[in-house]
Amino acid sequence: MKIAVLSGKGGTGKTTVSTNIATVMNWNYVDCDVEEPNGFIFLKPEVKKTEYVKIPVPKIDEEKCIRCNKCADVCQFNALAGTKTGIIFFDKLCHGCGACTMVCPVGAITEEGRKIGKIDIGNTESIKCMRGLLDIGEPMAPPIIKRLKALVDEETTIIDCSPGSSCSVVAAIEGVDVAILVTEATPFGLHDLKIAVELVRQMNIPFGIVLNRADEEHDLITRYCEEEKIALVGKIPYAKKAAVLYSEGKLLIEDEEYNKMFKGIGERILGVKACS
Amino acid sequence: MQLVIISGKGGTGKTTVAASFAYLSENSIKVDCDVDASNLHIILGGDDIEKKPYIGAKLAHIDSDKCIKCGACEKVCRFGAIKDFRIEPLKCEGCGACKVVCPSEAIRLEDEITGDTIITQTKRGLLSRAEMVIGAEGSGKLVTQVRKTAMQHKKEDEWVMMDGTPGIGCAVMASITGCDAALIVVEPTQSGINDFERVHSLTKQFGIKAFVCINKYDINETIVFEIEKLCQREGIEVLGKIPFDPCVKTAVNDFRPIVSYEESKAGKEIINIWNAFKNKYKEEDIK
Ligand code: SF4
Ligand code: SF4
Ligand code: SF4
Ligand code: SF4
Repeated sequence: MKIAVLSGKGGTGKTTVSTNIATVMNWNYVDCDVEEPNGFIFLKPEVKKTEYVKIPVPKIDEEKCIRCNKCADVCQFNALAGTKTGIIFFDKLCHGCGACTMVCPVGAITEEGRKIGKIDIGNTESIKCMRGLLDIGEPMAPPIIKRLKALVDEETTIIDCSPGSSCSVVAAIEGVDVAILVTEATPFGLHDLKIAVELVRQMNIPFGIVLNRADEEHDLITRYCEEEKIALVGKIPYAKKAAVLYSEGKLLIEDEEYNKMFKGIGERILGVKACS
Repeated sequence: MQLVIISGKGGTGKTTVAASFAYLSENSIKVDCDVDASNLHIILGGDDIEKKPYIGAKLAHIDSDKCIKCGACEKVCRFGAIKDFRIEPLKCEGCGACKVVCPSEAIRLEDEITGDTIITQTKRGLLSRAEMVIGAEGSGKLVTQVRKTAMQHKKEDEWVMMDGTPGIGCAVMASITGCDAALIVVEPTQSGINDFERVHSLTKQFGIKAFVCINKYDINETIVFEIEKLCQREGIEVLGKIPFDPCVKTAVNDFRPIVSYEESKAGKEIINIWNAFKNKYKEEDIK
C-alpha cells in the first residue's frame, strides 16, 4: 500500500508527519520532495546504495547531419535550435522524449544518458528508506520522482511529496492508495489546502487531513472538514517542545505524548483507506 | 532593481517577509512567483484589474474516428500518458512523439492553458500574480510570464519586489533569473540549514547577490550560530534576525502584513531589514 503525504503549501509539517508516522507504524519511507528532501535528517538511515538518475538526451553526429532542421522543428521544448553551423542543443530544456531521434532522416541522432540527480537507498533499524535528490541547477524533478516510485515495493510505504500542486506532485501521488493532506489553521493554510483537495479529487484518490499546529477547538480547518465531509485524521497541537525537537532534527515520537498521537493518526489513515 | 525573496523550503516565513517588503516599498511593482500557492494577494488585498489565460504547454489529442488502434503511439510515449488509445492529460507532457509515429494522422497537439496571469490593484501598488491550473506542466514558464506581465506594467523608477517559489527546480530558477539580489529567509533548524545550502548554491550558479535573514532565530540559537558561520564563510551578509512573535499568526489571520502592527517585535526587525537593504542599494545606486 502507498500512502502519499502532501500539502498545498510548504512548511506545514509534511515531513514531520511523514517521518514520525513511518517510524511508529513501521512503514517504509520515500522522500519524493526531490528539490528539498529533508526526511533523512530525522530518520538518519544508513545509506547502502546510491543510483544516478539519467534522462535520455540526443547526441548529434555532425558528420552525418544534413542540417535539415527536422529535429529542431519537432522539439516542443525548444531544446534544439538550427543555426548555420549546425544544431545547438540546450540540455536543460530537454525532456528526453525521443521525438528528435525519430524524425531524423539520416540517423544522425543517438541518445545518451544525462544525469539530473540521484537516489539514496538505505534503512533505519526498522524501516527501509529512499530519497531522491535533484542536482542543483536542474529544472526537472518528475523523472527522479518516477524512478523512485518504480523502486517502491509492495510493503506499506509513506511517500513524502513536494509542496504545491504542480507536475511534481502529480508524479508523486499518481497511483497511490490514499493521500494525507497536511495543513495548518490559517487562511493561507485553508486556501492552499483547497487546491490540494481539488487535485486529489481530480485524481480519485481517497484522502484525509492532518491539521498541524492546532491550537483551537473549532478552527477554520475543522469547520471546512465538517462542511466538506472530509476525514480529519489528526490534530497535532502546537507546542514549544515539538519546535525544539524539530529544530534539532529529532523525531517528535521521542516524546511519549506525540508517540501516541502519531500512532493514532497512522491507524486512522488505514481507516480512510478501508472506508473508500 | 529586482529583488526576489526565497527560501529553500516553504513555511520559513518567506511570504511574511515578502508581504512586509511589498507593503513598505510603495514605489515598487509586486510579483508573486509562487504560482502553485499564491498568497500575497490575500494579505495585500485589492481588486483584479486584468486577467489573461496563458498557454504554457501542449497536450496531445487523439481523434478516435481516425485512429486505427495500431498502438504505435502508446509504445513510443515515454511518459506513460497513452493507455487504450486515450491520452491521460495529467501525464502528457505535450512532446509530440506520438504524433510523429501515428500512421493515420489521428493525433494533434493542442495549446493548453496552464494558468491565468492576473494584475491586482492593491493599496500599495500593482501586484502581478497567477493562478496555475492544478497539476499543470511547466510552472516555470508561468512564473516567467508573471514576471513579463509585471515588466509591462512597471513604471520606470519602480523596483520589482518578488515573492519567490520554494524549492530549487524550474519554478525557482524562473523566479531568480536576472534578479539583482535575492533575500534568503532561513529558519534555524537542521532542515532549514540544508535547504539554505541548496538554494544558495543555486543563486551562486546564477550569479545573483544573496542576502540572508534568519526567521524565528530564538528557536535554536546554536543553529543560528552555525548559519552565521556559514554565511561568513560564503561572504553572505546577514541582514537581520527576526524573533519568534505570536503576533505573526494574528497578522496572518487578520490578512495584514506584520509590519503594520506597531507593537510587533518581528515587524520591527523586518522594518530594520528593509531599511538596511534599501540603503545598500541606494548607496550603490542600482536601479
Ligand atoms: S528528446 Fe525531445 S525534448 Fe529532447 S531535444 Fe529531442 S525532441 Fe527535444
Ligand atoms: S534531423 Fe537529423 S539531419 Fe536533420 S538537422 Fe537534425 S540531426 Fe541533422
Ligand atoms: S505528446 Fe508526448 S507525452 Fe503526450 S501522449 Fe504524446 S508522446 Fe506521450
Ligand atoms: S498511433 Fe495513431 S492510429 Fe495508432 S493507436 Fe495511436 S492514435 Fe491510433
